[in-house]
Amino acid sequence: MSATAAGPGSPIANDSAADHPMIDRRQLAYIAAQAADARVNVELEAEGMTLNIGPQHPATHGTLRIVARLDGEQVVDADPIMGYMHRGYEKLAEVRTYPQVTALVNRIDWLGSFANEVPFILAAEQLMGVEAPPRAQWIRTILFEMARVANITLFLGDMAVQLGAVSPVFYAFRDREHVLNQIEAATGGRFHPNFDRIGGIKDDLPAGWIAETRRSIGKIRDFTQEMEDLIIGNEIFQTRTRGIGVIPADIGLSYGMTGANIRASGVDWDLRRDTPPGQSSGLAYDQIDWKVWTHPDGDSYARYWVRLQEVREACHIIDQLLDGLPGGPIMAKVPRIIKVPAGEAYVATENPLGVMGYYVISEGGLEPFRVKIRSASFSNMSISPWLLKGTYVPDVVTILASLYFILGDIDR
Amino acid sequence: MTLSSTEAETVDDAASDAPVDEARSSLLEAITAELGDAVVGSHLIPGRDVWVRVSPEAWADTADYLRNRQRFRFFDWLSAIDWMPSPFGRSLDAEIDSEVSTLDRMAETVRASRADQADGSFIGFEDSPRYAGGETRFQVLARLHNLTTDIGLNIKADVPADLTVPTWTDHFPGADWHEREAWEMYGVVFAGHPGLRNLYLPTGFEGHPLRKDYPLLSRLVKPWPGIVDVEPMPEVDEGGEQ
Repeated sequence: MSATAAGPGSPIANDSAADHPMIDRRQLAYIAAQAADARVNVELEAEGMTLNIGPQHPATHGTLRIVARLDGEQVVDADPIMGYMHRGYEKLAEVRTYPQVTALVNRIDWLGSFANEVPFILAAEQLMGVEAPPRAQWIRTILFEMARVANITLFLGDMAVQLGAVSPVFYAFRDREHVLNQIEAATGGRFHPNFDRIGGIKDDLPAGWIAETRRSIGKIRDFTQEMEDLIIGNEIFQTRTRGIGVIPADIGLSYGMTGANIRASGVDWDLRRDTPPGQSSGLAYDQIDWKVWTHPDGDSYARYWVRLQEVREACHIIDQLLDGLPGGPIMAKVPRIIKVPAGEAYVATENPLGVMGYYVISEGGLEPFRVKIRSASFSNMSISPWLLKGTYVPDVVTILASLYFILGDIDR
Repeated sequence: MTLSSTEAETVDDAASDAPVDEARSSLLEAITAELGDAVVGSHLIPGRDVWVRVSPEAWADTADYLRNRQRFRFFDWLSAIDWMPSPFGRSLDAEIDSEVSTLDRMAETVRASRADQADGSFIGFEDSPRYAGGETRFQVLARLHNLTTDIGLNIKADVPADLTVPTWTDHFPGADWHEREAWEMYGVVFAGHPGLRNLYLPTGFEGHPLRKDYPLLSRLVKPWPGIVDVEPMPEVDEGGEQ
């Protein structure tokens, strides 16, 4: 019947082909390829499948690659591969003067830059036996907490993106801007202030800054309330995070996990409060009234919740610091050319991502002999092979997001 | 909240020096008494920090003892130190500052460091601090923290000539990445580590970048200060500066 419809030169000229019009050579090749694929998949499933996440993937906050061995949808073995952003700051710091090093370490955790400078400066001050005057310490603490707010604010929105809700991250960007503007007004740098100096800080606060900062802190308060309403109470958020990625406190500690991650596992430890005995923190936390938030669950939800409370607490801290800001000089007496006496010192502070510390060895020169940078995300992420084992592929993204790492802080 | 009970310490301790030093020195005494000959050096700065140097054979046992008997539950970090003075000189000593030329200084340091390595012992600069002492070029350095007393402890060990020390991963799983980093950056081998492979560097990378004799090429091709292409500042009005 169709033979009449097809012309003499048509590909379906003969009858047998007309009975199966769909099957031509290309179709056959396609079916054969499908079958071959299926066979390969079956073979892969027998020995597990390897899933490569990253290096370029929105869930990895930069260039982190995770090679996961899967059994069905379950992760059998996860191996994070980093170094795509390794800049060798420990080597570079050996050929910089002490004041120059702060410009390098600014780039470690780039969302809370000012907080990176402080422990290094404190370590250098400890070696030199210098202490910053009270006003400098208070302004340092204010900027430190503002760096924390700028950093964690983004996390609060970003975590929702990993769960499929796109809008919170735009609110986060919108409200973080208020804080960044204030950091810029005080230091001149939105992202990389490079403002901390050995013996004090670079400049005093500009006129009108305190009132304006109060207003921006108010905006951040509203933002945390917004996130609490939008995310914490959200049913999807709760089902995707409650009981997912649970880290027992003891395991977290033996992996060196710090910051909000370990406080979400019920460990009540915060270097802002728990300074080593006899050592002055060099910051003003002991002179105001605030509290450390913990959560007993240790899951992704707890980590989000603790960070949300920490932003609120940071607002509370900044408000008090602005109220009680003492007068006086902002620089101690330090020589113009800074030579640090020979010695070794380690100072760590509670940074937005966790404990960050610098082990500085000086041999009396202009430049440090060795700087060991203990960054928070490096240790926080080293738990990930243990943590991701046995989880399901969709949860990998949530767990990584809730651990909250910055690639610059891992790779240094 | 099971663990919170162990963290029951007062929030604000008045900075009183005497009991503080007691805490650190009694800790040091306890460690010395328990580990005996394994402790080969120590250093205590009152009110600041404490260093303990153990023999390399006792490196892993020290971790075990500190974790299980001294309640140092928090593994802070682990790294290594290369005590060789840089053969490239101190890059910030510009030639105008010193009577010795940079090239002479470089040649001198290279000679000194080679001579040191030849007889196995290594001194380094006379003015290098070396808290808790040490005889070798490389040292491993780790830090543990006690959450109950808030005291941190620096533990050092000399790395013997075969560059091998026992691993800490059996006691602190978190030492895994830190040891991989120290291995690729310094070439220190951690015996018993489950998988010593590159962490940051690409596979097959030659050399150990954080060693002092590994050149920092950017500084060699353009010596400090970078006089060459720095444009002069635009004319500044003297009175304009406040």
